[in-house]
Amino acid sequence: MNQAELERKLYAAARADAPSERVPYAFEQRVMAHLRSQGMMDVWAVWGRALWRAAAPCLAITLLLSAWSWLAPGSAQNQDWSQALENTVLAAADQDATVETLW
Amino acid sequence: MERTDAELIAAVLKGDTASFEPLVGKYSPRLFATARRYARREDEVGDIVQEVWLKAYQKLASFRGDAPFEHWLMRLAVRTCYDFLRQHQRNREASFSELSQPEVDWLERFASQPETASEEAAAARQLIQRILEQLSPAARLIITLLEIEERSVKEIAQMTGWSVPLVKVRAFRARAEMKKILAKTAKEKYL
Repeated sequence: MNQAELERKLYAAARADAPSERVPYAFEQRVMAHLRSQGMMDVWAVWGRALWRAAAPCLAITLLLSAWSWLAPGSAQNQDWSQALENTVLAAADQDATVETLW
Repeated sequence: MERTDAELIAAVLKGDTASFEPLVGKYSPRLFATARRYARREDEVGDIVQEVWLKAYQKLASFRGDAPFEHWLMRLAVRTCYDFLRQHQRNREASFSELSQPEVDWLERFASQPETASEEAAAARQLIQRILEQLSPAARLIITLLEIEERSVKEIAQMTGWSVPLVKVRAFRARAEMKKILAKTAKEKYL
């Protein structure tokens, strides 16, 4: 078998068989709908990215403030925790009492 | 009056997404013809063309306008088709099955009297399609562009983004791969 001739004939067959240019019905609408939905999704993607970017600085600030409140001189470390909790919980009641005495 | 490609592209870049639709309508037939060279199933063809349009929309700002929009789009199409071939590379071996009876008859006719085996025959078209499906993605792309679409090495380099020497090397390897598959097919059955 002449392989070079076989190859030539097969290439010629492929050339003669030009693929169809037929476009499926409503293909343009399909692409445009996809583009529009992608645009809407992009808004959420931007929002999501912004949230993720904000997460790291927020965490860093939280850690810094925690460290500061813990290590700063005269910080809560030296206080009586039970007293501090009681003051906080009863702050509203104390305030009311103060207001009533004023009246 | 019909707007030019440049006007439509400028409008899209300004945020008028609807101006993209005439471009989709105008160039989709060409893209479908290109995609059908690499994918057999119609749903895959549709997905490839849709992918090309989504990429075109996303990268439209990078279109400089010094060449026709169609050329830029065809480059995107060829690269997307190549990606498709690479993604479906694993199916390559599985897709090969026994030759159909018309293909066997055509090969037998060619072996006995080459001049009587017409290249117009449907069996010849099926056979070349079957052989192309056996090629590696790069080889299939090169053979399609070089031998079937009869494009120059320079054109292929522009379309694929490969350098001219790389296209030549890949063309050499693709032809060798093609010969090997042909020899295997012919030897197994008829020699």
